[in-house]
Amino acid sequence: MAHHPRQRSIAVLAAPTGSAAVIRVVYLGKLADVAGKPVSEFASSSGDLDWPDLLALFDTHVREGLAAAVRDPRVKVALNGAVLADREALVARHGDEIALLPPVSGG
Amino acid sequence: MPHRDIRLLTEPFNPGTLIGPFTQANPGLGGVCTFVGEVRFDEGVEALELTHYEPLTLPGMHELADRAFARFALMGLLMVHRVGVMRPGEPIVCVSAAALHRRDAIDAVDFCMDHLKSAAWFWKREKRAGEWHWIEPRQQDHSDLARWHTPRVGDT
Repeated sequence: MAHHPRQRSIAVLAAPTGSAAVIRVVYLGKLADVAGKPVSEFASSSGDLDWPDLLALFDTHVREGLAAAVRDPRVKVALNGAVLADREALVARHGDEIALLPPVSGG
Repeated sequence: MPHRDIRLLTEPFNPGTLIGPFTQANPGLGGVCTFVGEVRFDEGVEALELTHYEPLTLPGMHELADRAFARFALMGLLMVHRVGVMRPGEPIVCVSAAALHRRDAIDAVDFCMDHLKSAAWFWKREKRAGEWHWIEPRQQDHSDLARWHTPRVGDT
């Protein structure tokens, strides 16, 4: 699926601020290792981010290989504590928290 | 109102101290079944770490408890799970069910354990020779879960 960037800029914050004017992304399980950190924060000039935006940000602004790891169809996505039935329909706004959930470990 | 005690703990716990009060909280019960899981002494494993995600993990355990209450005739249910770093021999989970009849208590504990092991929001990694390794899902967990899927009429 081609991504058509909209007219806006996205800032990647170097250190978590706890601010409400950002979108928090939480990496669970081994995705935290792939990302090299447990949390990222992004600020978007339009105030929102969608799934293609996120995937594009991961490789360019977090760490190479993260987008591929997140594309694994077994990775689920939660928005503000609710798991999305269709992760590609994600739209996050400032103040939202996205969690990337790899398959849970076995016994 | 059924008695329910669902917790995530970040510090070591003694399951024995949970069972007395849980039993006391369910007067008139006919049976209690308790399962305690501990970190196994697997060859070379120095530590086990469980990560959770606050907005999902505890609410998910409550949903599991709702399903256990809906499925079995229970008086009370205790479900306590550790997160954080644990050493071999440390308790990691304790599930206890109180019911009028033993089958409900035993089956409820079995049901909760199969779901906690394979469908709850926990990510595990183990430390071997000083290095952490993530634990992947296992096929056995899926077949454990499948035990609880009742075929519907028309299913083949």
